[in-house]
Amino acid sequence: MENDQIDKIIEKHQSDASSLIQILLEIQRENRWLPKDAIERVGERLEVPLSRIQHIVTFYKAFNLLPKGRHEIHICTGTACHVRGAPRLLDSVQDLTGIKPGETDMDMKFSLETVGCVGCCALGPVMVIDGKYHGKMGPSKSEDVLKNYE
Amino acid sequence: MPRIKSPAELEEFRKGILSKRDPQKPCIAVCTGTGCIALGAAEVVAALREEIKKQGLGAEVDVKVDIRETGCPGFCEQGPVIVIYPEEICYLQVKPDDAKEIIAETILAKKVIDRLLYVDPVSKEKSIRESDVPFYKNQTRLLIGNNIKLDPKSIEDYLAVGGYTALVKALAGMKPEQVLDVVKDSNIRGRGGAGFPAGKKWEFARNSPGDTKYVVVNADEGDPGAFMDRALLEGNPHAVLEGLLIGAYAIGAHEGFLYVRQEYPLAVDNVTIAIRAAEDLGLLGKNILGSGFDFSVKVHRGAGAFVCGEETALLRSLEGKPGEPVARPPYPAVKGLWNKPTNINNVETWANIPLIINKGSKFFTSIGTEKSKGTKIFSLVGKVKNTGLVEVPMGITLRDIIYKVGGGIPGEKKFKAVQTGGPSGGCIPEEYLDMSVDFDELAKVGAIMGSGGMIVMDEDTCMVDVARYFLNFLSDESCGKCTPCREGIRQMLKILTNISQGKGKEGDVELLETLAETTRDASLCALGGSAPNPVLSTIRYFKDEYDAHIKDKKCPAFVCKELISFYIDPDKCSACMICLRKCPVDAIIGGKKQIHVIDQEKCTNCGTCFEVCPSRFGAVRRLSGEPVPAPIPEEARNLAGESK
Repeated sequence: MENDQIDKIIEKHQSDASSLIQILLEIQRENRWLPKDAIERVGERLEVPLSRIQHIVTFYKAFNLLPKGRHEIHICTGTACHVRGAPRLLDSVQDLTGIKPGETDMDMKFSLETVGCVGCCALGPVMVIDGKYHGKMGPSKSEDVLKNYE
Repeated sequence: MPRIKSPAELEEFRKGILSKRDPQKPCIAVCTGTGCIALGAAEVVAALREEIKKQGLGAEVDVKVDIRETGCPGFCEQGPVIVIYPEEICYLQVKPDDAKEIIAETILAKKVIDRLLYVDPVSKEKSIRESDVPFYKNQTRLLIGNNIKLDPKSIEDYLAVGGYTALVKALAGMKPEQVLDVVKDSNIRGRGGAGFPAGKKWEFARNSPGDTKYVVVNADEGDPGAFMDRALLEGNPHAVLEGLLIGAYAIGAHEGFLYVRQEYPLAVDNVTIAIRAAEDLGLLGKNILGSGFDFSVKVHRGAGAFVCGEETALLRSLEGKPGEPVARPPYPAVKGLWNKPTNINNVETWANIPLIINKGSKFFTSIGTEKSKGTKIFSLVGKVKNTGLVEVPMGITLRDIIYKVGGGIPGEKKFKAVQTGGPSGGCIPEEYLDMSVDFDELAKVGAIMGSGGMIVMDEDTCMVDVARYFLNFLSDESCGKCTPCREGIRQMLKILTNISQGKGKEGDVELLETLAETTRDASLCALGGSAPNPVLSTIRYFKDEYDAHIKDKKCPAFVCKELISFYIDPDKCSACMICLRKCPVDAIIGGKKQIHVIDQEKCTNCGTCFEVCPSRFGAVRRLSGEPVPAPIPEEARNLAGESK
């Protein structure tokens, strides 16, 4: 990500250090992950020590410190999805993609994450791929869905 | 949009909106909340628009039918949900292909389409109007009932249903102290979990010395299985803003913050649009409605940390820091955001305020029980027929919620427990189903009201697994600042994991109880303080399941993978090849007219074969706590030979 893009986001927040989390979230929304250069730039401009930024980006789950695959899979592991079989869905998606939550495959095709609850409990178990919700997923249905992604 | 400078001008503006609206003009309200969108509501809207054009109803000059994209009315199970006004015809599970018929039949020919109506599963009776559907009929929808009536992106819609009248009433006719008194008299208790009286909280913040004060909306709805705050923010953001404005006026705050979970992108969008619209109209900003009161609001997105739902952690996060709780006192009312007096309430609490101001504290206290007033929105999920959001008066029984509103348990399964209060709550067994739902009653049985998650569990739910699930969640989400929470949860999780894997031993339950007590008593914040609840309540009511796991190495609900096996009954197998093809690890041996056998060495217990075996055969059996019968000899597997 270019420095002037980062600067623009920082300026939008009046270079205010209390907006640090919002700034990092916006950078990530543009770039999908937080490269080291970007974090350093933010630290420099906001005059915040890198150790503090590191604390924040590792404390909050939303931040990615590694590049993401072309498609981001989120498996909802909320309670409603859990009692309806989310663990089995997660197992089968792990088998199909060969990756565990937090990982990205070698071809950079899929990244896999779990999420606490997406609030679609009526559709559980839910799998979200690139923001699209797939409801009532079972192990065999998930295979059909994943096939559609290149 | 004009900038409105006085209550009179706002009324003029409202009249102008209403005069342009014909209540008899057909309007199709389509739920486009997250749940219905996931079920294809956006495609339904597109198909309806296309059809309106095709059937010549969309001529620019005289549009004969409106489409309104609304927030969630709650009946997620049957989405996409649409309601056609003025008749209030409610259609469920609408598909894009239904659009043509809806326009031609219902809008033009004024006929009801039978197959899209709600059919009662028992009586087979059909409900035409939204208010006749049993799911809605048994609720008291003071807050969420408005969602289907308005487009959350339109401030005009909110004004058309009487929005911002409470704000006018407060700013123009009441002193801040009077507003405070009404809220105190209403006895409304915080909807975020702990149930602290909101009026008292406001009073503390108001009486704290200092000129700069803040008000905050806690929309970090982190409890898994709860989404009522999302529905309110997505579906009726102005109601929350109006409540916040009134609270700020009563407390003497001029700046407010909305802390929204980043997992709720639509809520962030809608609330941001609502703030813009309110600013443009002059309902936010300087000298609101000529009253001399200034107020502005900012949206702050959370970054994925459950602990930020705790108020002191949330404030640290708002300051741009890691969301770690701090010891109370001092309470945020004295020393909150940037050390200034701050009042934090949950989304639903704020959304109740306009109602209380408009209808008075007497109206509010007429609903509910002695110590819990008003309605509460629950997200009724899990093993229940009518999954969705339900708003019921406090004091209703659990049985009424689950059976009358929720329609009972699907698939003729047996009810086992209902879990309330998220990871801080507890599991309530059948014997307490007739207990009335209020803050104190729930606490008595070891659960809590919490923010309103209500997860129904049936005989297929393993209670040890549920406890393990919550502890696993909390162990991930514990911020790690204090040892009792960080280590206590981790150790309890270790023991529970062992039990669920068949490695449990005598004394484990007692050890869990000791750890639970220490964690509860010694943790810094409510996350650790309430973390033992799922463990203690499951031990209290389902000790037999713990014993079965520990002593018999058996999971009675067939959930704990390490304790179950799958077996194909040779007498029932028809060699249909379905399970054989679907098995992800090729663990099923067999062929055409060859009875299938599971290779137990290869089997990973994923359960796919059990799931796909056609119910007319029902050949795949789950076993737990007993040995798997030896496979039948190869020569006996030939089905073709048998039939000759």
